[in-house]
Amino acid sequence: MARLAAIITLSAILSLAASLPGRAVVFSPESFTLDNGMQVVVVSNHRVPVVTHMIWYKVGAMDEPPGKSGLAHYLEHLMFKGTESLEPGEFSAIVARNGGQENAFTSQDYTGYYQSVAVDRLELMMKIEADRMTNLVLTDEIIEPERQVVIEERRSRTDNEPSALLREQVNTAFFQNHPYRLPIIGWQHEIEGLTRDDLISFYRAWYAPNNAVLVISGDVTVEMVRPLAEKYYGVIPARPLPERVAWREPPLNADRGVEMKHPRVRQPVWSRRFMAPGVIYGATEHADALQVLSEILAGGATSRLYRTLVVEEKVAVSAGAWYEGDGRGPGVFGFYISPPQNGDVRAAAVAMDAEIKKLIDKGVTEDEVERAVRELQDSAIYALDSFQTPARVIGGALSIGQTIEDVESWPDRIGAITVDAVNRAIAAVLKDQHSVTALLLPEPTS
Amino acid sequence: MMSKRLICGLVLGLFWLAVNPARAVEVERVVSPGGIEAWLVRDHSVPITAIEFSFSGTGGAHDPDGKAGLAEMVSSLIDEGAGDLDSQAFQRKMEDMSIRISFSAGLETFRGSLKTLNRHRDDAADLLRLSLTAPRFDPDAVARIRQQILVGLQQQSTDPDSIARKVWRRAVFADHPYGRPVGGTVESVAGITIDDMKDFVANRFARDNLIIGVVGDITVDALGPMLDSIFGALPATSRPTPLADAAIVSGGETYVVEMDNPQSVVVFGQAGLRRDDPDYYAAYVMNYVLGGGGFASRLYHEVREKRGLAYSVYSYLNPTRHGALISGGVATRNDRVATSLSVIRDEWLRMYEEGPSESELANAKTFLNGSFPLRLSSTSSIARLLVSMQYHKLGQDYIERRAEIIDAVTLDDVRRVAKRLLAPEKLTVVVVGKPQGITPTSAAPEIRS
Repeated sequence: MARLAAIITLSAILSLAASLPGRAVVFSPESFTLDNGMQVVVVSNHRVPVVTHMIWYKVGAMDEPPGKSGLAHYLEHLMFKGTESLEPGEFSAIVARNGGQENAFTSQDYTGYYQSVAVDRLELMMKIEADRMTNLVLTDEIIEPERQVVIEERRSRTDNEPSALLREQVNTAFFQNHPYRLPIIGWQHEIEGLTRDDLISFYRAWYAPNNAVLVISGDVTVEMVRPLAEKYYGVIPARPLPERVAWREPPLNADRGVEMKHPRVRQPVWSRRFMAPGVIYGATEHADALQVLSEILAGGATSRLYRTLVVEEKVAVSAGAWYEGDGRGPGVFGFYISPPQNGDVRAAAVAMDAEIKKLIDKGVTEDEVERAVRELQDSAIYALDSFQTPARVIGGALSIGQTIEDVESWPDRIGAITVDAVNRAIAAVLKDQHSVTALLLPEPTS
Repeated sequence: MMSKRLICGLVLGLFWLAVNPARAVEVERVVSPGGIEAWLVRDHSVPITAIEFSFSGTGGAHDPDGKAGLAEMVSSLIDEGAGDLDSQAFQRKMEDMSIRISFSAGLETFRGSLKTLNRHRDDAADLLRLSLTAPRFDPDAVARIRQQILVGLQQQSTDPDSIARKVWRRAVFADHPYGRPVGGTVESVAGITIDDMKDFVANRFARDNLIIGVVGDITVDALGPMLDSIFGALPATSRPTPLADAAIVSGGETYVVEMDNPQSVVVFGQAGLRRDDPDYYAAYVMNYVLGGGGFASRLYHEVREKRGLAYSVYSYLNPTRHGALISGGVATRNDRVATSLSVIRDEWLRMYEEGPSESELANAKTFLNGSFPLRLSSTSSIARLLVSMQYHKLGQDYIERRAEIIDAVTLDDVRRVAKRLLAPEKLTVVVVGKPQGITPTSAAPEIRS
């Protein structure tokens, strides 16, 4: 899990690391900016005549006005409805008729849309994507059925899933001030209250070329992309963007516990979260070391926590750690453990506590750091095997305010992580910090 | 607990790129010095090699009675120590060289996968050979993995999606092994012994039921010896347990499993057709129009887009050898399950009566052909296609021919197959939740091991 997170969220790609040891050759995107401020990134890969066209808006759930949770995500759904020139549903019909795959996603930090198509359909995709940047048409007839779809989505993802319900509660305890405390999909009563005006205002405020990053990955060159980008996106005027709230989290001054019992839970799970810096929030100098740390702790069957707690001490059926630091806001460093069948979750938690204490007291070893660094760097070679990864990594990084340079230097930065750096990160994040502990428990049978 | 919280707005998965059938994929048939065959696609763009393989006739449906979950348990244990290496030593070797080996049990086949950086290819081959021919099944590792499987099964026992799927399969397959969960039950998994697993490995893995696909930066000359070193020591012939064809029960039954959830999960379907059926492609096109086409399908349009009844609604073909199906699912608020089901039945009927329109047929063909290359997202996914092409005997030139086959499907073909397959009054339906306005026809069947 930690390794996957590392690849998907942060990594750049070093294409020839295997054959040129010691010299990271980074995946080389090219980039330019249109006159209206829209950034365009091209990742050429001529293996096959296919292309992925992704637009990332630097707006996510954290930018919603108070009381309007779920707005960013609801709007994402509505972007598939009509424009002044396309009937509702026609966007997807065009993509499908042209053999394309498409989807979209909303996070706390950004909202993205993409299509993968044969390269000769790229221009068509740019045309319809640029069209819906400004010409979306929303009427009550359009938004009402989709509101029900979003609420059904909430039921599927959250209300029908005890662990998701708990996570929602944990976030409200963990983030005291930052909008990360609110669910991306929104509280049901707030989804129900969102109006057409809310949606349109949000769309007009944030869906502007100067708030977007276009990433095109595949059988294309900058020379091909530039005139098309100018033709379709370049003609859209830049707009003044709303001021963003510079959210800062106050210190967590008390330990908190969140406990949920649910009749559908059969397997208890304990977890504990510490506030951590991210790649652009807080003490960012620790971000790479924290990634190495999560690889050491949870990067596979021989990683520290699984080996110790599951294989050797047998107090758990699963155990690990995770690090999320790739948003605009504060990051999380967390630990989790689940006891064996009919085992005692509190005994497992005590064992995990001891591991956390040992980590704080004794730190990590040279050998552990070396192995973790190698595994992370190797995973970057595997990441080259997919077209998806570069586009996602670059789009995600630029959307939160990182640069291409930040992405490109990742393997070198990981390679430079020392035992000291990891131990300093441990001290900064885990030592003397308060935390939120969560317990998911079966409903007791009386 | 996952690190990233992305909410996908629509149902299609992430499929990216890979191969233009005409230009990039040349399928070569390689036979090793020791006589082991593999299909190969060379791709020199990344210094890695991916091997996918399967053993036919040895998936979960072939587990002995009362031992459901055996294949699955073996798949979780054969990389937990082999030869001189105990579990931690084996895993550590894999991790130190970033070698990725994994196994999984399907319904019909047992599958394996290897992905390695070229610089560790020999070690990777060595580890894979050991796991296939000399797995240890140390009691310690067996106990640990059994725990993990049991805990997973217990958790599934309250998961509405999992219950709906399991009960539905039991309903349509009755006592046929296809009606059992591949992963087994708490009872059956508890009863699987180390000897059961050793017998499985001794009897099921052989050269005569082995299919191999390889993709990556490797030459024919290098691949031959690698195949021999991995698979050469396997016995020549397997001892399969034959399976009879299932008599699929679809008489219009509706079952309800009561569960106090805000949303009901529904699975529905009836008998389908096999991959080697002459009507397969017509059915494939029909299903795209009916419920397989992501945002373009009739079910999506009627249930989700027009009425807002559900986030997810779909249908798909499951063309297995002994019990092929066409089935689908929807998840919807308890008080609207009846409406959703009635809309779905209407669409089933409309397709049965009218088939698709000319333009729906044309659009389906463009999508199915145009999007095919996008389905091949990585070396491993191409390698899996190579295995599937061999398993279904599609021919070495299938990737080139596929578009012609789909283009050749006529409106009459699709209408004929719609008449042949679809019967809305005969759908078997399982609802898990607290649905209103749904009358069960009888008690839901028990999940059996």
